[in-house]
Amino acid sequence: MALRFDESDVKKLEEIRAKYPNNQACTLPFLHYAQDKFGYVSMDVIKLVAQTLNLPVAHVLSVATFYTMYNKKPVGKYHLQVCTNISCSLLGARKLVDKLEELLGIKPGETTEDGMFTLTEVECLGSCGTAPVIQVNETYFENLDEKKVEDLIESLRKGELDV
Amino acid sequence: MSEIVLFKQLLDPEVRNIENYIKLGGYEGLKKALSMQPDDIVNEVKRSNLRGRGGAGFPTGLKWSFMPKGEGQKYFVCNADEGEPGTFKDRYIMSENPHQLIEGMVIGGYAIDATVGYIYIRGEFEFVAKILQKAIDEAYEKGFLGKNILNSGFDFDLYIHLGAGAYICGEETGLINSLEGKTGQPRLKPPFPAQYGLFGKPTTVNNVETIACVPDIIKKGSDWFLSIGPDKNNGTKIYAVSGHVNNPGVFELPMGTPLREIIYEHAGGIIGGKKLKAVIPGGSSAPVLGPEHLDIPMDFDSLKNVGSMLGSGAIIVMSEDTCIVEAYTRLAKFYAHESCGQCTPCREGTAWLYKILKRIEDGEGKKGDIDLILDICGKIMGRTICPLGDAAVMCVKPAVERFREEFEYHIEHKKCMVENKIPIF
Ligand SMILES: Cc1cc2nc3c(=O)[nH]c(=O)nc-3n(C[C@H](O)[C@H](O)[C@H](O)COP(=O)(O)O)c2cc1C
Ligand code: SF4
Ligand code: FES
Repeated sequence: MALRFDESDVKKLEEIRAKYPNNQACTLPFLHYAQDKFGYVSMDVIKLVAQTLNLPVAHVLSVATFYTMYNKKPVGKYHLQVCTNISCSLLGARKLVDKLEELLGIKPGETTEDGMFTLTEVECLGSCGTAPVIQVNETYFENLDEKKVEDLIESLRKGELDV
Repeated sequence: MSEIVLFKQLLDPEVRNIENYIKLGGYEGLKKALSMQPDDIVNEVKRSNLRGRGGAGFPTGLKWSFMPKGEGQKYFVCNADEGEPGTFKDRYIMSENPHQLIEGMVIGGYAIDATVGYIYIRGEFEFVAKILQKAIDEAYEKGFLGKNILNSGFDFDLYIHLGAGAYICGEETGLINSLEGKTGQPRLKPPFPAQYGLFGKPTTVNNVETIACVPDIIKKGSDWFLSIGPDKNNGTKIYAVSGHVNNPGVFELPMGTPLREIIYEHAGGIIGGKKLKAVIPGGSSAPVLGPEHLDIPMDFDSLKNVGSMLGSGAIIVMSEDTCIVEAYTRLAKFYAHESCGQCTPCREGTAWLYKILKRIEDGEGKKGDIDLILDICGKIMGRTICPLGDAAVMCVKPAVERFREEFEYHIEHKKCMVENKIPIF
């Protein structure tokens, strides 16, 4: 199936384009936009962005693979990104990963079978003073412990949180 | 109470709204700046001794003076990538007091003759970018951004650009490449950004905190700024304290505040009244210090004198319950993961450092591994395009040297000498 941007997308993409002197500079913002719309950055998404910007597919592919925030495979409805860098680790980030593995039955890098959760270990999120931290989609959850992680997963399962 | 320059939310929690910011004297620095000659602004910033808060402490006025004169597009770029482990200060300037940064961007743009500015924010901070965008929209409405700002004839447009998860994009030429829509691989210098920067045009890159100091310097004058902090290390500094402390967080204090006061008074001392084992004074790339360094003034020159650096001013505190081997294995993993791969010494060296440290941590270390680590460090240092390779060495080497016994114990006994530690791996 060929992907496409619809009219309202095109309008928004034009607004982004106006911020830069050339098309290439739009590569990152267009990929962000496409990931929001299509869920992840598939090869089809890469081709669509390349075509929209009139850039070589190889260029967009190289950018999409360089940056960790572009998901090259589908992720769950909730992408749980646990910081395990130093400040979070000093305050028990490992225990949070262990707890999540137990609650979800998956390892970091995996997605639950129902497509609800993806678990990823990430580098410092710039939130070290409120460690340990988990980013769920766009939202930071800070000052966590195992109990709070349990509550977080329960609320997400019930669809009570807008992330 | 000590001087507040950056965290005006302490004076008014709603200072993120433009009306409140103006009530506190906001945008007066800009008004004054627009009545001055651009060169006079550069000179005033030079006289203030403002030094870059992004890591290297480079004199800001001097950096601005490198921008060429004359016609043609120039750019002013704000580095809001905030990726150095332990660092979480710029985020609060942007979310709590965003107009301070915006005002600094316009003044800086005017001083270096740039009509377009970009704020490069790490992609994870999308929620911060939204707050900042709202503030930018307000500033446009009030005529502090856009065409003919306050009838001065000066035009300045300001845009936010989101990164996408790569520490190396915090390095200024990696950042420029990333803004151009490429992979964030650093460039060889020279040419420096002031000659050949963003889109091939003269460009200045400064950190958020640096730029946020500018409005007050212009408004109150460089003498006022010079009255805060020790000689050549002036102004206030945001110290970001994390790790094993009771009250972690960000504290705006006069530059040169002693480490002991920051940890034991402002950050509430060490959790459980434990002993201090190690402290990183300036983000993960700053050489580790110990309890004997507690009386050091936290400024650029004092830390340099003891072989470390102020870096981003991010203080990471480790109590006696920390296994240094494990902590530094985790940091080595970070550098190996974030190396952009362009230079062999950095790409291979950081991977080897992590591999050897991991096997020591796992109880599979070999005799000679410590010397091997130090040898690899020597082969990375000074042989790479950007400072990331050096940063990995400045992180790992002093820790291995200072805590050599602990590394040796791991190799010999195949286990850790610290009881009750919180596991990292
Ligand atoms: C690997 C690496 C990462 C860096 N990350 C950041 C960062 O996240 N934020 C920042 O302001 N500077 C960072 N820097 C420093 C910048 O290259 C640059 O020196 C700084 O933005 C200049 O601003 P200043 O003069 O205001 O300090 C980094 C440098 C290196 C080598
Ligand atoms: S030192 Fe490392 S991060 Fe910097 S350019 Fe070389 S390989 Fe890339
Ligand atoms: S170390 Fe986890 S947010 Fe910085």
